[in-house]
Amino acid sequence: MNRTLGVAGAVGWRLLHNNFTTPSLLLPGLAFPLFFFVAFAGGLSRVNDVPGFQFPVGYTAFQFVFVLLQSAAFAGVFTGFGIVRDFETGFARRLLLAAPDRRGILLGYAMGALGRWAVTATVLTVVALVAGMEVGGNGVDIFALYALAVFVNACGLLWSAGIAMRLRTLQAAPLMQLPIFLSLFFAPVFVPVDLLADWLRVIAHLNPVTLLLEAGRSLIAGTPTHVGYAFAAAAGLIGLFSVLAVRGKKKEEAAGG
Amino acid sequence: MSLAAQVLHLARRSVIRTLRQPANWITPLIFPLALMAVNTGGLDAATNLPGFPSDSFLAFFLAFPFIQGALFATVNAGVDLARDIQTGFLNRLSLTPMQGAALLVGHLGGVIAMGFLQALWYLAVGLAIGVRLESGVLGALVLFVLAVLIVVAFGSFGALAALRTGSTEAVHSLFPVFFVFLFISSMNLPRNLIETDWFRIAASVNPVSYLIEAIRSLVIVGWDGQALALGFGITIALAILGLTLSSLALRGVMART
Repeated sequence: MNRTLGVAGAVGWRLLHNNFTTPSLLLPGLAFPLFFFVAFAGGLSRVNDVPGFQFPVGYTAFQFVFVLLQSAAFAGVFTGFGIVRDFETGFARRLLLAAPDRRGILLGYAMGALGRWAVTATVLTVVALVAGMEVGGNGVDIFALYALAVFVNACGLLWSAGIAMRLRTLQAAPLMQLPIFLSLFFAPVFVPVDLLADWLRVIAHLNPVTLLLEAGRSLIAGTPTHVGYAFAAAAGLIGLFSVLAVRGKKKEEAAGG
Repeated sequence: MSLAAQVLHLARRSVIRTLRQPANWITPLIFPLALMAVNTGGLDAATNLPGFPSDSFLAFFLAFPFIQGALFATVNAGVDLARDIQTGFLNRLSLTPMQGAALLVGHLGGVIAMGFLQALWYLAVGLAIGVRLESGVLGALVLFVLAVLIVVAFGSFGALAALRTGSTEAVHSLFPVFFVFLFISSMNLPRNLIETDWFRIAASVNPVSYLIEAIRSLVIVGWDGQALALGFGITIALAILGLTLSSLALRGVMART
């Protein structure tokens, strides 16, 4: 166990060190969520007045939850890009040779993804509060909201790590990010699900991200709804993507990194 | 060889090169329409806002793919030119009697061809899913002219970035910058319905808003002289500025080689 954690700590620290000392890695991860938040919450605030739109703590909070979950998912995906870079530079091969317990490698990447997102989430939250976001939920609700985002972060990381370890090339980048991007946007991004156009409402109802978004929004509003289902759905996705990631890891080992 | 023949040769090369890279033409054809679908499905209810200028959000939003497609074409074309610099093609070309103007105009030939195809595709899809142009057939022709001019204007800035930096990565990094201009505009709502003051001001000083509004006017209004004058005026001004700066940058590049 100690050896697993030792490897995980080293891999996670390296990821975070690279991320926070390389502006080209750090800035997009910080700037894009902020940009989406500004563009959606600022540009579309009037959507709050659409007949049938009822969200007690305002449109800024409504969009904040989407951007928070989106940033969590993409922090995981961007970490997957880092895994691919490690393969392309040959670092992954050396890592496989050096690690006394290879299970720690995946855990380390997950820790790196979480650390990376934690900074983005902090900045995003500060900006949202400065912009006047109202929060209706109590401490427990808000803790649950961020916990849900941590689950989403793990989903993003495990999905992208699975693809990265299987294909081991940056050409796989679209496959790592496009399904995540589409599943996030085929959900009630701008308005509640009941106000979506018919065809999108059908897709949104089948999309687990809708459950996560609605639960997250209910938590920030202080009216928790379907939170248990949302955590169960997120845990299910983590289980599914863990299989993908672990099998990808085995393929990587079989291929010799 | 006459200047026209030189332009023709380079334009042909540019077009063939674009066609040989499916990612360069598939992405601009598909991605903007996917985003249009998502936004239209999500923001359809916004048509219920008092003062919204159309009862179809799809018609209102049809201008978006024209602008986003132009951004894709621009970045792709800029990357091709930067690759020519990186691989030494421009060095070899400078040993021939090829004129700088031919290089620039010929290079933009591929961008123009792509812009024309994109405009045709977006309009065909729009009409197929029920959008009717209030300005009629003549309006469609004007829309084509404006769309191609926008591609030329943006393309000249893509070329400028390529010539100034000679780096494909630097040109790629322009995409998020262009994206900011697109999102902080009247893309999602008319400016008079944007509630947040700073966002409305930013959208009002952002030239992209006027390009969107000119295209949009042909679709949902009919013939709006002011919107068209602003759209064409700004596009032509941007094209002149971009081409002038690119010509100056090209002189520097050709002199160095």
